[in-house]
Formats: sequence, C-alpha cells, structure tokens
Amino acid sequence: MSEFLTLLGNTLWRTIWDVMPIIFTLFFFQYVILKQPIAHISQVIKGLCFVILGLALFLVGLKEAIFPLGDTMAKQLTNPAFLYADGIIGNYLWSDYVWVYLFGFSIGFATTFAEPALIAVALKAQHISAGSIQAFGLRVAVALGVATGVAIGCFRIVTGGPLWVFIMVAYIIVIIQTFFASKTIIPLAYDSGGVTTSTVTVPLLAALGLGLASTIPGRSPMIDGFGLIAFASVFPIISVLFYAQISTWLEYRQKGQAHKE
Amino acid sequence: MTLMQAQFLTFFKPLLGALRDLAPIVLVIVVFQLFVLHQPVPNLPAMLTGFVCVLFGLTLFIQGLELALFPIGEKLAYSFAKKGSLFWLLLFAFLLGFGTTIAEPALIAIAGKAADIAAQAHLIGTSEVDKSSYANGLRLSVALSVGLAIFLGVLRILRGWSLPIMIITGYLMVQLLTPFAPKEIIGIAYDSGGVTTSTITVPLVTALGIGLASSIAGRNPVLDGFGLIAFASLMPMLFVMIYGMIVLP
Repeated sequence: MSEFLTLLGNTLWRTIWDVMPIIFTLFFFQYVILKQPIAHISQVIKGLCFVILGLALFLVGLKEAIFPLGDTMAKQLTNPAFLYADGIIGNYLWSDYVWVYLFGFSIGFATTFAEPALIAVALKAQHISAGSIQAFGLRVAVALGVATGVAIGCFRIVTGGPLWVFIMVAYIIVIIQTFFASKTIIPLAYDSGGVTTSTVTVPLLAALGLGLASTIPGRSPMIDGFGLIAFASVFPIISVLFYAQISTWLEYRQKGQAHKE
Repeated sequence: MTLMQAQFLTFFKPLLGALRDLAPIVLVIVVFQLFVLHQPVPNLPAMLTGFVCVLFGLTLFIQGLELALFPIGEKLAYSFAKKGSLFWLLLFAFLLGFGTTIAEPALIAIAGKAADIAAQAHLIGTSEVDKSSYANGLRLSVALSVGLAIFLGVLRILRGWSLPIMIITGYLMVQLLTPFAPKEIIGIAYDSGGVTTSTITVPLVTALGIGLASSIAGRNPVLDGFGLIAFASLMPMLFVMIYGMIVLP
C-alpha cells in the first residue's frame, strides 16, 4: 500500500510540471495579452486540481493495469505451450500466430466501434453526404480499418518486416484513393485516422506490440515493438475512402436501374 | 434539480464515458481468457486496483478539462483568431500546440515505455535519470513539432496554401529522412504521429482552426479545422527521427 502511495505521490509531483506549460500559456494570454479576467475563477482552479489528480491517477493505473495487461496477453498468446502440442518452438511460420492477429483485430474493432469521438464524426458525415453515407456503416468501416491495421501491424511484428515499407504502401493507397474520392469525404476520412486512437487504446497497443516483439524469437522490442499505433492511424483512412467509394457506386447503380425502368 | 444532484450528474457523465472507453478492452480480454487462453492472469489484484485508478483518473481528468482548460482555451482561441495581431496569434498557436502535447497522457505513457526499452537494449544509460531525460527529450521533440505544426497550419489558413501539397511534401520528407534515422527510433517516431492527436490537443486545436476559418471569408471551417490536426500528426515523425539521430548512437 505504501509503495502504491509513493508511486502516486511521485507521479502527482511530475504531473504538476506536465500541466504547467498549458496553464501558463492560457493564463499569460488571458491576463497579459488580452487583459481580461477569467470568469468563474474558483471553478477553474477546482478544474485544474481535477486535471492534475486525474492525470496522476490515470498514469499510475496505466502502469499497474494497462501495460501489464497488454504485456500478459502478448506473452500468453505467443507462449509455445499454448501454440504447439509439444510446447517446443522450432522454425515457426507466420501462420502459427493466428490468435495474435485475431486478438489485435478484436481489440482494434471493439475499442474503435465504441469510441465517442467517432460516433460524433459519423453522424456529421451522414449529414454532409445527405444520407448516402450511413453513420452506422461508417463506424463499421472505421472500426474494420483499425482492426485490419492492428492485425497487419501484429503480422509485421511476427515477420519482422520494415515498418516504413508497410506505412509507405498504405499512404500510396491513400493518395491514389484521394484522387478518386469526392471532396466532402476527404477531410472526414483523414480525420478518422486521428479520432480513433484514444488515450486508453494507445498504451494498450504499445504494450501489446512490445510484449510480442520481446517474446517472439528473433524480434527486438526496440526495432519491431513500436508501430501498431501508426498502423491503427493509417488504415481507417483507407477503409473510409473505400466505403465512400462503394456507397457512391451503389447509389449510382441504383439510379441507373431506376432510369432503365 | 438540487445542487447535489447536479454535482452527481457532472461527475457521473465523465465516469460513464471512461467506463465506455474501458469496457470493450475488458470484454475482448475476458473472452480471450475464458475461451482461448485458459491461463491464469498474474497479479490480478494489482491489475484491478490499476483499472480503478484508470477509471477514476480518466473521469477526473476529463471533468477537470471541461471545467478549466477547455472553456478558457476555446474562448482564447476564438478571440485570437478573430482579432489578435499576427505575432500574438502565431505565438499563441505555437504555445497551444506545445503545451497541450506536453500534458497529453498517452504521450507521457509511451515516452516512458520507450525509455524503458531503450535502457534494456543499452542504447541509453539504465539509471532513472538517464531514462527520464530520454523520455523528456522525446516528449519535448514531439511537443516542439506539434507547436510548429499548429504554427504552420495557422499560416496556411491565413495564406490559403494548398493542404494536399503540404501534406504530401511532409510525407515525402518523412520517407526521405527514414533511411538516415537510426532504426531503433523509427517505430516510436511513426507511432508518435498517432499519439499526439488525443485527449487535450484535438479539442483546443480544432477550436483554433474553426475560429480562424470562420473569421476569414470564403473558408470552409470543417476543412481548415481539420488541416491543423493533419499537420500535428505529421510533424512529430520528422522531429522524433531527428531526435533519434542526435541522441542514439
């Protein structure tokens, strides 16, 4: 218990310094440049205390729960005793780790589909497109994008391919799709890459990637461990642009049929 | 509604939000544990305490942001976008990007993790001081790059430069720099793009972008507000790779 309190105390102290720059910026511009007092100052001070305490608690929790959890899942899913009947790992194939890809896919899909920021973006898209893009369909598209991204990211960790090649190919696909996409969907598609990686998902993915890279033979956490977040940010752009393309195409075909009749 | 009820509600809403963030993760992990792995989870009590910390930490943090930082930040962003001088506007843009990124929880967590891994690989010293200076260096690089990204993004909105051309140039620069960066930094550099666009940065920066775009005739708020975030996820890749070229052997 006392160990926990020391950890919390230390984190709390460091958190104060982490929050200082933004507090300083806001107060400086408010009082020195704009020369206006802040309304509801007591509420603001209460809020700042919440921010500092909340951030410290959150960081302690990450260290105690989310990091070990990602690590444990990575270790258990790559444990030779779980993978092979005889429990001995020889020359492995990428397909031996199919549960890893499935886990990455599930985590990516579940966390993204429930993301509140995404729900808001999806509703906006439905509105802008006058209904040709459905909010639900878009959410599924983004979630499938993140899920596929994380799964392919896990595949890269297992096989040890160079990260930049994967990401470069993904961006080339995005650029090609951008040429053919309608102007209104482009900002939303690009946005979907950013909104999906929430504060809880990011550390979990990092721990998962580092855990995988440190247990799979021949991989190094330093070189292969990071990168899942990069995958999770690029792939939803592809899937949203793809979804928009299909929706437009379906609508076009429907109109064509209606015309014939 | 009584004051008690109101206070209960203002705490309850972010708590529900935090629960919604955690629930899918817990669900997937429980399913895998029960049906696939059949292995015991080590240190379950510590993990559960940690989960409670994450839950209440996130709740307090979000509520604090909504009480203090968001209202002030959004109002400032709007008023500087509408009438401030160019110098103060650009300085504000830079400091807003820098300050929000330094306080970004996901970045603090990832930088710490990166330092642990680098120490294990003996790329940096293994003492706490070495690790925290490496982690702080990473965070400073990312924060400076986000500051510069918002600065450039605001200039772009004012001058009306083309977004796709700037973004594509940026990615070309990332690709050009990658072969020269130490291979140990590339993963964290590419990840840092996605890490920054998170809890604090996005709402404040979007407010600045939308405020600016709506105060200049003929600009689309949706398009231009977005442009700032796109820069903020591009620049960190460059800066972190440069940081790696400087500190790593």
